[in-house]
Parts: sequence; structure tokens; C-alpha cells
Amino acid sequence: MNYIKILLNGIIKENPTFVLLLGMCPTLATTTSAQNGMSMGLATMFVLICSNIAISLIKSITPDKVRIPVFIVVIASFVTILQMCLKAYLPEVNKSLGLFIPLIVVNCIILGRAEAFACKNNSVASLFDGLGIGLGFTVSLTFLGIVREVLGAGSVFGVVLLPETYNILLFILPPGAFITLGFLIAIVNKLKKA
Amino acid sequence: MKKLESSLTNMIIVLVTVAVVSGGLLAWVNNATETPIKEQDELALANGIKSVMGVENLTVTANDELKKNIGGKDYTFVVHKTSDSDGNFLGAAVESTTMGFGGDLKVLVGFDGEGNLLGYTILQHAETPGLGAKADKWFQKDGKGNIIGRRMDASKPLVVSKDGGDVDAITASTITTRAFLKAVNQAYAAYADQDVDAASGASKQVKDITGDDLQDRAAKCGTEE
Amino acid sequence: MEYILIFISAIFVNNIVLSQFLGICPFLGVSKKVDTALGMSAAVAFVLTLATIVTFLVQKLVLDVFGLQYLQTITFILVIASLVQMVEIVLKKVSPALYQALGIFLPLITTNCAVLGVAILVIQKDYNMLEGIVYALSTAIGFGLAMTVFAGMREQLEMVNIPKGMRGMAIVLVSAGLLSLAFMGFSGVDGGLKQIFGLE
Repeated sequence: MNYIKILLNGIIKENPTFVLLLGMCPTLATTTSAQNGMSMGLATMFVLICSNIAISLIKSITPDKVRIPVFIVVIASFVTILQMCLKAYLPEVNKSLGLFIPLIVVNCIILGRAEAFACKNNSVASLFDGLGIGLGFTVSLTFLGIVREVLGAGSVFGVVLLPETYNILLFILPPGAFITLGFLIAIVNKLKKA
Repeated sequence: MKKLESSLTNMIIVLVTVAVVSGGLLAWVNNATETPIKEQDELALANGIKSVMGVENLTVTANDELKKNIGGKDYTFVVHKTSDSDGNFLGAAVESTTMGFGGDLKVLVGFDGEGNLLGYTILQHAETPGLGAKADKWFQKDGKGNIIGRRMDASKPLVVSKDGGDVDAITASTITTRAFLKAVNQAYAAYADQDVDAASGASKQVKDITGDDLQDRAAKCGTEE
Repeated sequence: MEYILIFISAIFVNNIVLSQFLGICPFLGVSKKVDTALGMSAAVAFVLTLATIVTFLVQKLVLDVFGLQYLQTITFILVIASLVQMVEIVLKKVSPALYQALGIFLPLITTNCAVLGVAILVIQKDYNMLEGIVYALSTAIGFGLAMTVFAGMREQLEMVNIPKGMRGMAIVLVSAGLLSLAFMGFSGVDGGLKQIFGLE
């Protein structure tokens, strides 16, 4: 299989946020700003790539019946490693993402890719799949974060674009997350048909 | 390689191996990151103290933790006393926690020897983004509710304008503002309790705070919101 | 009094789904009909409360005692996963009727982030055992409330002629946004209650 194809498949055709609609909790919760969205996407990508590679390596020595528990242990280990490294070297990121770092464990994207891809393919293909899906997730989260930050706080990555009087606060509050994502999905649907 | 069969022995062996390997890996990473995590915490606190005292070169001479019971609730304060490079007493940065809108609101407030408010920083908060979360800039020097440079006085606590005081509340976030000002007032009360000798920088032994004294102070620092 | 405060706050003010964004997958996935929404809520309430008790005990009696806090995530998720399996097996044997009603929802609960989220939050908020249980139960009720109300909305949506592009997930998300907006009206209620109870 062509690696570039696997990569693009994850970013566009099987985009986890806009097409597969997976991992909605972090998508809605952490996109109050472009930076938070991007950090969450990158954090998930890290875990996804590591777990994809690890699972594709151990797939042949894992009996089918204990497949899921083994996958969960592998994923949870990488999440914990990520959590400790963030605490040690990027405490700001850890603080702003908070609870959603340990919750990467239950992100359906990761277990989903382990089941659908990594336990059937070799480690190089799994690496590219993780990279593709991870990038797709990161791009979507960053984009959602940008839209919400521009509308809600008048800035992008903290750079102020609009004066405070033009801010529509709703968009960085919880309801804004649902509404923005709803309209973005509608736009994606429209583009897909065109 | 052929896939392992799902026999009981195989399953147990694989599960145990995976658990042991990941446990070992995590123990190792934990060991490796323990020191950096501690250093980060210390660094964050040291930077916080420097920024609220408004001085780059300072030494923290004491970190006193004290617990007080105000109005039936226990509060913990940490008073970081500081002095400049020549050993002159600068004042203290006080950690103080109150209940904000969404959860604990923990602030670090700097006071000089005379009780002037030098600066503050928010250490931890769970306020609404775009509303209460603006507290980190709102009360700074160029913010709308500037409180920097105020002379603190236990009999005249900082009060939000809505409650008859003279500090402008964050737009649509009166609860956060009240919680913040309460944290600052209580931080000052804790600092005043330390009975600091401003001239020499030597701090006396922490007074035994009696119950009456506390009730007094509680009445003064505007906990009646 | 504090328990009433935790109760109200977890259901209305900080609703697990609508303001904390935990458990979104089942909230969007199985809320097409009020019946299924109720079934899912009941299953979540059961597992959530049980999981909180077990993880609380594991944290206090094992992890804290041996200084293994860094194994929290991995332990909790394994505890929850095995608990769900166990509940499924026990339910099948003991009460086939209940198993018929809740059975299909059980496997989905392992990856419901509300369960793991609440287990971690109880430890983070430093609750005691009883507070933890009250918190878990109220969160589950909050989850059920949001699910049921939302399922009611979606049943109505079925009968409406929606613009083509908005059909499917798009309109569902926008409606969820409006529901979340409605729940924002409760914000500050906990502060008021605190004053009434004299806790502040």
C-alpha cells in the first residue's frame, strides 16, 4: 500500500472529526482557543502514533481474546508517559488541557485505529496511519479553535485581530463549541457533495 | 509468525508480560521526570514571586505556611518573605485561596513592608474563559480594575463597586471579582499576622493566633459578602 | 448541606455533558429515542457509581499507600473495563430482564469518558467517600437528564424539514448547543445556594 495514500486518507477521507465524528469530547472541550486545540491534537497524535506502532509490533503474540485489555494497557501507558513528560517540560500545556490528557485513554479514535488498522498492518504502515489520522485530528481541532477564538475572543493564537467590543463571547463558552462544530460539519457536507 | 492461540496459559502469560513491561516502563519514566516536575513547580513559584514583588533580584528568606479559620472555614496561606540582594527586607508574596465561580481560585499577592500591594498573579483558577478568566489582567496596572499600588488596611478591605467599594468588577463576573478581592484581603490579613519588622527584615516568631483575634479579623476582611 | 450543593451543582450548573464535555459520544450516539436514552442513562448511572467507589478505594488503599499515583490512569481504566465486563456477566445470570434492557449499552460504557473522568475528578477534588458517591450519582442523574431532554428534542427534529446541508450530525450539534445554552441559565445557582446555606 502506498504510504502517502494512507497519510492523506487520515487527513481528508477519514478525517476523525468532520467525517468519522470520533473523539468528540476533547474536540468540543479543548478548542476554546487555537493553541489549546492544537496542543490537544498533537498530544493525541503522539499517543496514536506510539500505540499504533506498539500494537502492530505485538499483534502476532497477542491472543485474540485478550486483545482489548492488552491494547488498553498499551494506550494507557503511553498516555501516562505523555502526562508525565508534559508536567515536566510543558507545564502550561498540561495545565490548560487538564483532565483531558488522561482522558486520551478513552478517546475512541485511538482504540478504533488499533482495532481497524494497527492489528492488521505492519508497523511502518501503522506509523503512517497514526500520523495521518493524528494530523487530521490536529488540523480539525486547530481550525475549530481558530474559528472559536476569532469569533469569541477576537484573536488567533493570542494575536488580537478585533477590538473587544466585537467579541461574541458565546463562542468560547460551552454552547459555542456545539454550534460552531455543527455549522462546520454542515459546510464540510456541502463541500463533499460539490 | 502465526497468531498465538487463545489458550488460558497464553492469555495469562501475555497479559502479565504486557502489564510488567508497561509498569516497568512507567516506573522508569516516573523516576526520570520526578526531578524536572519538581523543578518546574519551584521555578513557576519563584517566577511568580519575582513578578508580584516587581523585583528581579531577590532572595526568599522564609516560606511560612499558616492555617487560619475564618468564619468557620479553614484557609491555608503560604507567606514567602523576600529580601533584596543586600539583605534588605522587601515584603512578602502571599499565596491565598478562595472559592471562585467555577472552583478554587488561588492567587499570589505581593506586599511591601508598609502594606502596599505590589502585584498579583493567578496561580490556579477554574473560571469561565472570556469572563472570570480575565482576572489575570483585569486588576493589573493597565487593567480596568487596577488595584496595584493600593495601600492595604485591615479595616478598609478592597470591595467591588457593586457592594459599595471602589474596585471595578470584571464585566459580567461579579462573583469572580468578589472571590478574587476576598483572596487578596485575606492574603493581606495573613501577612499582617506575621507581624513583620519592616526595617530590619527580621521576622518575629509567628504569633499564636487566638480564636477571638480571628473572629475580629474575619469581620474586618469583608467575608460577609 | 454540602451534599445538596454537590447534587444541584453536578446536575444543573456543571452538567457533565453540556458544560464539562464528558460523555459526548453516547450523548450524540444513542439519543435518537427517549427509550434508549433512558436505558443508556440507567446503565451509566449504575456503572459510574460503582466505578467511582471501586476506583476511590483503589486510589486510597493501594496507589496512595505504595506511592504509585503515577499508575492512576492505567489502573482506573483497567478497573472500569473489568467492572463493566463483570456487571455484564453478573447481570446476565442474575436478572435476564434487566440484562435485556441494559445489556447492549454496557460495552459502550468502557469508552465513555464520563466514567473515567468522574473517577479522576473525585480524586482531584479531594472528596471523601460519601461526597464522592453523591457526586458520582448526581453526575449520572445530570447525564440522564441531558440525554433524555435531548432525545425528546431529537424526536421532534425527525418531523421537521431541515435544510439539506444541516441534516444529520450538523443539526444535532446545533440543537445540543441550544440545550447547553439553556443550561447556562443555571450558572451562579450554586453560588446563591452557598449563601443561603451559609457555607460562604
